[in-house]
Amino acid sequence: MPNENEAKPVGALNFLALSNDSTVKTFIMATLVCLVCAVFVSISAVALKPLQQLNKELDKKKNILQVAGLYQEGDDIEAAFSKIDIKLVDLATGEYTTELDPSTYDERRAAKDPGLNLKIDKSDDLASIRMRPKYMPVYQVKEGDIIKQLILPINGYGLWSTLYGFLAVENDGQTIVGLSYYEHAETPGLGGEVDNPKWKKMWAGKKIYGSDGEVAINVIKGSVVPGISGEEFQVDGLAGATLTSRGVSNMLKYWMGAEGYQKYLNKIQASGV
Amino acid sequence: MDKETKNIILDPLVDNNPIGLQVLGVCSALAVTTNLGTALVMSLALTSVTAFSNLSISMIRNHVPSAIRIIVQMTIIASLVIVVDQVLKAYVYDLSKQLSVFVGLIITNCIVMGRAEAFAMKNPPGLSFLDGIGNGLGYSIVLMCVGTFRELFGSGKLFGVEILSTVNDGGWYVPNGLMLLPPSAFFIIGLMIWGVRTWRPAQVESAEFKIKEVNGTEVA
Repeated sequence: MPNENEAKPVGALNFLALSNDSTVKTFIMATLVCLVCAVFVSISAVALKPLQQLNKELDKKKNILQVAGLYQEGDDIEAAFSKIDIKLVDLATGEYTTELDPSTYDERRAAKDPGLNLKIDKSDDLASIRMRPKYMPVYQVKEGDIIKQLILPINGYGLWSTLYGFLAVENDGQTIVGLSYYEHAETPGLGGEVDNPKWKKMWAGKKIYGSDGEVAINVIKGSVVPGISGEEFQVDGLAGATLTSRGVSNMLKYWMGAEGYQKYLNKIQASGV
Repeated sequence: MDKETKNIILDPLVDNNPIGLQVLGVCSALAVTTNLGTALVMSLALTSVTAFSNLSISMIRNHVPSAIRIIVQMTIIASLVIVVDQVLKAYVYDLSKQLSVFVGLIITNCIVMGRAEAFAMKNPPGLSFLDGIGNGLGYSIVLMCVGTFRELFGSGKLFGVEILSTVNDGGWYVPNGLMLLPPSAFFIIGLMIWGVRTWRPAQVESAEFKIKEVNGTEVA
């Protein structure tokens, strides 16, 4: 940090002998302090950037693996992730696109990029996200050539914040493997319970689409009554977090619906690749 | 360590606690104490920022024009906070995600600014540095106490390790939801201040004015 006063006022440091309140010294000191601080901040930001980037990527990959049930604490994330294929899907057609490189594609940045996003009609905007990217990445867990699981990024508004997460579905495009959020700012202990492992476990085996082909999966109020008809479409609500629970329902309705992954999932269902 | 140096470090722990006595830095104490992990990281971050801002401000104290001294202090504090934030993002990513904006808000924490203005502008770098550490520790003690209460009674855990098994996980303890909301930290800090002032009556401020007792015959 700045320590220019420690030096003896010689040569260029003559200004240190000036009265503290002189205009010249005020300007010089202001400039010097800003300069030293700016250099200091820039160095730390640039030097730590690679580490931060790595952390962010690892965190996302870890979440993808976790939602698919492929990660245990302490596993090598990169090794486990190498089994996963990333493809970009054009949501409007449900086809793969090769226009962009999936490994560097960032759907959250794309959602803000006028060239890559679409405005969502107010009446369709169940997830309250206003914009969505044209293309979304899908993560495929493969065994040989056969897709075993699909991991789909989703996001939507809860009570305080946009929740970002992943939904893992089986290759039938219908059965849920898991749901997990990697970023949100809901109230800890209430809406924040979307992170509760017990709640997340409830999603496994639930079905997305009803017999009419519409999205039927729903977070209900209270607990699911075992054996009731439609049980496979219902998940317990979070106690004390009605709005977050509703947000989760809505974002699934949006992302699994016709605006979202439905076309793509239908295709997977039909062809398996 | 001579007596004066010792006092500089130990004084802010109880006798002149920045939260307890000066009631500064309460905002972040409400926000980051839902669990001990974030409280600890926040404490470390604030302590290092206070210490180093005191050190650097004290080093240039004789040459800071009084007209711009506050902005000079702010510039230095802000730079340090950004650096701390970057370091947290690089090395403890998960916790920095939980702390979100509150690391950035150390800039506005009155403790840092208060020490810079009250101590570092008048004392040599070594002592200022220690004063920063002392005040940071005073803040940390309160944060850790509050964090212990809130995490234990709010989620039945300490540092994420289950102590009381909660009903949600099939145990017996019904977590107190209020403990997870900011107002509970208000209550806990209030009770702590009350406790400390009962133990150390010297901390009780004298009343700013006295209500005049009127006796019966006097016209009010």
